[in-house]
Amino acid sequence: MGVGTAQTTDASARPVLQVRNATKRFGAVQALDNVSIAAYANEVLALLGDNGAGKSTLIKCISGVHRFDAGIVEIDGLAHQIHTPAEARRAGIETVYQDLALFDNMDATGNFYAGRELSKPKWLPRSIQALDTQRMERETQQLLDRLKVVLPKFNAQVGLMSGGQRQAVAVARAAAFARKVVILDEPTAALGVRESRQVMGLVQRLREEGNAVILITHNMDQVVEYADRAMVMRRGRKVGEVRPSPDTKQDIVSMIVGA
Amino acid sequence: MQPQAPGPDESSIDDRKLSRPSGQLRLLTLGLGALRIGPLLILIIMVIVVSIATPLFLMPRNLGNVLAQTAVIATLALGQYVVIVARGIDLSVGSCIALCTVVGATVYHALPGFDPITASIVTMLAMLMTGATVGLINGSVFVYGRLPHPFIITLATLSICKGLAYEISHGQNITGVAPAVRWVGATQIFGLPFSAFIVATIALILLAGRQLIWGRWVYAVGGNPDAAVRSGIPVNGVLVSTYVISGICAAIGAIIVAGRTNSGSGLLGDLGELDSIASVIIGGASFLGGRGNVGQAIVGALMIGVMRNGLNLLNVSIFFQLIVIGVIIVLAVESDVLRAHLENRFRVLQAARA
Repeated sequence: MGVGTAQTTDASARPVLQVRNATKRFGAVQALDNVSIAAYANEVLALLGDNGAGKSTLIKCISGVHRFDAGIVEIDGLAHQIHTPAEARRAGIETVYQDLALFDNMDATGNFYAGRELSKPKWLPRSIQALDTQRMERETQQLLDRLKVVLPKFNAQVGLMSGGQRQAVAVARAAAFARKVVILDEPTAALGVRESRQVMGLVQRLREEGNAVILITHNMDQVVEYADRAMVMRRGRKVGEVRPSPDTKQDIVSMIVGA
Repeated sequence: MQPQAPGPDESSIDDRKLSRPSGQLRLLTLGLGALRIGPLLILIIMVIVVSIATPLFLMPRNLGNVLAQTAVIATLALGQYVVIVARGIDLSVGSCIALCTVVGATVYHALPGFDPITASIVTMLAMLMTGATVGLINGSVFVYGRLPHPFIITLATLSICKGLAYEISHGQNITGVAPAVRWVGATQIFGLPFSAFIVATIALILLAGRQLIWGRWVYAVGGNPDAAVRSGIPVNGVLVSTYVISGICAAIGAIIVAGRTNSGSGLLGDLGELDSIASVIIGGASFLGGRGNVGQAIVGALMIGVMRNGLNLLNVSIFFQLIVIGVIIVLAVESDVLRAHLENRFRVLQAARA
């Protein structure tokens, strides 16, 4: 019923990621109130809501930065405890944060592999294994080619790149390691029209490669153009779910502002 | 490959259309490059100027002196560089030297009946353990005590180590150190002080460390601590390790100083924190973390060593030297700020071109 993709097969009928009855409270603020969300493979789910609606809290809990006070997270139907970002990554969830979480002092390769460096020999403790720089650079180059991301200089520090290039590096990093779910928090908020299109192209490719994509955005045109399904939140609650189209655009906006 | 082919053509057209930004871009690249090699250039100029001002400077004996004096600063600077790359600071290294020399001398004098080799090994281990422990305390209290900045805890250990050193030595200068310690501090090999080889060894070890996952993590933590946490990097452990390394470097510096002066005293290593921090910053590492390399720390230490020695030879008072070092630190930090500004401009211009 809630499946937004046209080709509803048995595999896509079961959500890749399912969160049931999630609650989160920061002191007196009820950030999430009994929210449930399901994400399916080969689908872009737009997560909408005004500022303070609870979108960021929800995805931060899914990606392990915060913890739900109550609620169940299921990945491929199995209950998972996600307490740290590393656990989320291991479970196959990649996140592109609003601040990008890039290391300005490193090149694209360093950013791709931060926290999951390729190294040898395996019998040493991980922290004193030698970096396999060649292999990391080769695989980064291959990935950038596959995603058609062009950087000014392959070895340039990310801190010297333009906003669009930085965004592309952050999205490509998620694309490189995503196995199940990719979460993007306003990936085009700071970009111009052309750079936005490039990044959204990457997002589409993520979906084509079989990921469940969760996209937070304020751009309604983007929602209509790229999202298969839209879920609207207001004041920590889920207020509705719509299949976005030019006709339903006005309904979605009304849901967001609560009019 | 093929999709990339139009790339270069397009950008060359852009170059012609937007020649002004691209000219600025070239200027910025030049400026950033100059800032990068600036410290080495200044060091060379300093050497030339001092050699012209006083012919004594280039005498082999004096050069050996410069290296021996610089060795301690360089050892501290190498530890400090690791800490600063990870966005920290270690103010305790000077006092840590004092404590380690006193511990070393005391331990040695408590072992009168032992053969020189055993006594030397026990003494050196005691000194290294002392340094490592101070570093472990610095790192652990900073990280697990959830302090906002390492400034406070290392300032506290600066005071504690100094106090302990005076307390253990009863404020006296303890003369006589273990034979091996004496040897490390006072021997020359091929006309070079042995301590210079120790500095080279530490530098090589740290260079190798950059090729390890640990080294990558230190830079990641310094570059973006929040992102490092979100990337699953064990940030706390990395931070503690940097302070332990700084403490061990201080202990090695203590072995060199104790050997050179044949004593243990609460006065040794005084202002070592100033010299080491100054070296790292003057050498060109960023005070904001995440940038810097081993070579820069050594160049910075050499700059301070050459300047001290030159001013000594020219009979400039030691008080004036302190003033000069302070001024140089300000200039170095300002050039760091300037670089950040230039990089920002660079980014904006790149975006305009793309």
